Amino acid sequence: MLRLFAKILKTGIVTETIKRPDASELETLGIEVKRQVDKYFSGSIAIRAVDAGSCNGCELEIHALNNPLYDVERYGIHFVASPRHADVLLVTGPVSRHMQTALLRTYEATPNPKWVIAVGDCAACGGEFGVSYASCGAVSNVIPVDLVIPGCPPTPETLVKGLLSLMNK
Amino acid sequence: MSEIHSNWQLALQLAIEAEAIQVDSSVANNLTQWTIAADDWLRFAAIAQQHHLRWAAGWAEQGANTFLVNACFAHQEGYLWLCTELNAAKPALPSQATIYPAASRSERHTQDMFGIHFIDHPDPRKWTRHCAWQRHEYPLRKEFPIQGTPEAITPPNMDYQFVKARGAGVYEIPVGPIHAGIIEPGHFRFQAVGETILNLEERLAYVHKGIEKLAEGRTPDELVRLAARISGDSTVAHSWAACRAMEQAGGITIPERAAFVRGILCERERIANHLGDIGAICNDVGFAFAQMQFSRLREQWQRTSANVFGHRLLMDRIVPGGVSVDVSVENGTLLTQEINALRKALNELIPALDLNSSLEDRLFTSGYLSPSTATIYGVLGYVGRASGQDFDVRRDMPYAPYDQLSVNVAVEEQGDVASRVWIRVKEVFASLKLLAQMLSQLPEGELVTAWHKPEEYNEGLAMIEGWRGEIVTYVRFTSDNKISRFYTRDPSHFGFLALEKIVLNNIVPDFPVCNKSVNPSYSANDL
Repeated sequence: MLRLFAKILKTGIVTETIKRPDASELETLGIEVKRQVDKYFSGSIAIRAVDAGSCNGCELEIHALNNPLYDVERYGIHFVASPRHADVLLVTGPVSRHMQTALLRTYEATPNPKWVIAVGDCAACGGEFGVSYASCGAVSNVIPVDLVIPGCPPTPETLVKGLLSLMNK
Repeated sequence: MSEIHSNWQLALQLAIEAEAIQVDSSVANNLTQWTIAADDWLRFAAIAQQHHLRWAAGWAEQGANTFLVNACFAHQEGYLWLCTELNAAKPALPSQATIYPAASRSERHTQDMFGIHFIDHPDPRKWTRHCAWQRHEYPLRKEFPIQGTPEAITPPNMDYQFVKARGAGVYEIPVGPIHAGIIEPGHFRFQAVGETILNLEERLAYVHKGIEKLAEGRTPDELVRLAARISGDSTVAHSWAACRAMEQAGGITIPERAAFVRGILCERERIANHLGDIGAICNDVGFAFAQMQFSRLREQWQRTSANVFGHRLLMDRIVPGGVSVDVSVENGTLLTQEINALRKALNELIPALDLNSSLEDRLFTSGYLSPSTATIYGVLGYVGRASGQDFDVRRDMPYAPYDQLSVNVAVEEQGDVASRVWIRVKEVFASLKLLAQMLSQLPEGELVTAWHKPEEYNEGLAMIEGWRGEIVTYVRFTSDNKISRFYTRDPSHFGFLALEKIVLNNIVPDFPVCNKSVNPSYSANDL
């Protein structure tokens, strides 16, 4: 047990400061904000992540948001297990046709007001997979999208900035 | 018959002759390729199993008026590529799944995608097919247009017949396709009594993106971009496998330096994933300390990847004929320093995990996979190696750069979650050693060989040891440097089969940790 505490003390706080992005930085990152979360939500947002057909690359970087260097919970951003608890759906992947109904049902299960973030190039425009017999392509082909964070995959830093841009403090 | 290279093949050949199975033997891609009659497909499997061959992969292809069906078998000392030709009018052949249960889902996939009937298949249900294409349509047939004729909203697949369990106190838990977490989608159907899992059945293919169909008509460069997105955590391994298969088809030898850089990228990918997994497994039993420490190490590792190679997951760094990135002298020093730093960090952390009795209590004996079950399903990678399956392509069928390195392969027999953690730890140290070797021996020279058009209809079959285990990738070219067929079998295929067995008699709340200890890729499985 002492070993654990020693290691924790020795590691210290590794969390980094991330600045809220301004308009020009959002443009550089390719982040497209279509509608911001209104003031009632400005303190925190609950996110339900939905993989609608991604290669798992975006999930790896979304996972990284919870590592001690990014630690997004400090901004009041937390991931929840049910769409019924969520303000925001974070959707990755081109929407595979086999996931289309599941995504629609998740969207319906999320209480209003709700926001949808399309994460990654596939979710933004279909990416390498496009529209085919197996894929609906971009998330916006299936449900309305409020924010687009592109990248293959987007870096955790881009993701944090995208999430912060949604919350207009 | 000719071209017999080794004793195991000779023994197999004699057994087949005794059974009066006609074989046409040839050598393709340095592998022995045997063509047999479709009627002998099952009999061959029976003999192969008696000779302890592992079923490694199975795929089909449409010819002019025929369908070609392929299976790849593996022996500790080599591979055997089995082919047969079917009449296109009514394509059917006996199923090998009664002998090799690992072939079952692969045959169901072929049945759904090509309309090839596998006679006496033990499980005739649909697999990759949900409701996105019509009953009489087969997406991998050449006449099927890639756009298909989908409905505006694809209906859910409701009529799948799951195995039922009945009796006092037996209940069912449906989970997914969307799971509670940041995880890929798939459906799990549990039958349980109290907290104990009686049976688990997986229903996958939710992330089927038509990768095999999308590959058709692509150029080599375009195919590698697609292969890099088969599974985000195996982007290096899958692009390497696709490149190696294409290079085999084109008779292209990559420069030595390129092979070493590929090796460095692949070992970096292995370490990144193992670091993430070790933390996540501990987190699934509530040991947040390990999750924080290991996710920190993983993050630092990925940042170095971004600094040195320009991408945190190392996507699109491998290209046909070589690599698109180099390791400069300064970066070589940087990478070497990082190896030493990670070794030091692990030497501090691992004892903290090892000495933690509550962690030990949760991981030991959980999720047991016996060596005999692992053999039956041909389980690979760290899951197989934690259950006595002593196989690693890098050591047993080495390709450049591993043919010039000494590869240590950790094997245990314990078969539980703890063992799959310890195998990962040992593999991290082994990979660090390989990285150090590669960085110190990095040969001078070019990074890429100029691509030249492969001869028409040439095919290539390549195996790469990705971080999850052996990847088998097949390509065939058209006459104009385009892909006519692409197929890849990720080790997740076996991981999912193993998972169904691993969870038996465990409690339902331990499913996440059992699952994470296997960590199969849905995307690579569903293609």
